[in-house]
Amino acid sequence: MGKRALITIFLILITTTFASAQAEMADGMRSNGKIYVVVAVLATIFAGIFAYLIILDRKISKAEKEK
Amino acid sequence: MRSWWWKILCVVLVGFTVIGGLLMPVPRLEILNETIRNLYFHVPMWFTMIVLFATAFWYSIKYLRTGNLQYDVYAVQFTNTGIFFSIIGMLTGMEWAQYTWGEAWSNDPKELGTAMSMLIYFAYSILRSGLKDDEKKAKISSVYNVFAFAMLIPLIFVLPRMVDSLHPGNGGNPAFKQYDLDKNMRMVFYPAVIGWILCGVWIASLKTRLGLLIYKRDNTLQFDLEKKIR
Repeated sequence: MGKRALITIFLILITTTFASAQAEMADGMRSNGKIYVVVAVLATIFAGIFAYLIILDRKISKAEKEK
Repeated sequence: MRSWWWKILCVVLVGFTVIGGLLMPVPRLEILNETIRNLYFHVPMWFTMIVLFATAFWYSIKYLRTGNLQYDVYAVQFTNTGIFFSIIGMLTGMEWAQYTWGEAWSNDPKELGTAMSMLIYFAYSILRSGLKDDEKKAKISSVYNVFAFAMLIPLIFVLPRMVDSLHPGNGGNPAFKQYDLDKNMRMVFYPAVIGWILCGVWIASLKTRLGLLIYKRDNTLQFDLEKKIR
């Protein structure tokens, strides 16, 4: 009974020390600089989308001016 | 609609959201981990939808009061863009939920409320395509639009807050703002909301201008595709 209680307390203490560790974040990606690849990819996608919107906007403005 | 200053602002703000959203620090939380950055993308989709639907509501009422069919073009194009943003908001929400709430769909009250609102707006599109006469199409769909927007308020804002919910800010959960949305996140979140709303309005304005051009050329609200089908 005493042994069981000791083992239980031991296990609880072990698990709580791990639980108090910081939440996992993408620190690995940040430390090896790969996060910038992610930023570059997304920035390219959005630049492409906005370029398309700007081209559309110009086309429509031209069509409106001709009227 | 043709001025460019707010469009440049849109590009700058959304660009800042993408870059700052990934690089700036965020709270380190269990379960969410880095996905908390989704706040800058998933949530603004819905804010944009609300703004677009509210604008469509406004133009629907304007049409009903004046009978000017051009207002109906505004109403339908803003509604269509709002529907587009709601679909993206729903998809991104389900993707986020799959990895944080454990399942893509949990019958959460807010999920259900938005799904119901989306179905109501899908019915708006179907209603419009089923009507041939321009005046009838505009009148009936404008009235429907008013009711659809009115339904959105309780479904999305009121009911989810009254019952148990997974969403932050609803059903007894503290909102993201209360303790987790620290000042670092606010710095990206507020510009993100403004930037995405501007983006939604830009897309809607382009569709409206195109719709107006086609309306003036053909003098009908029916587009060529509809005529061919009939």
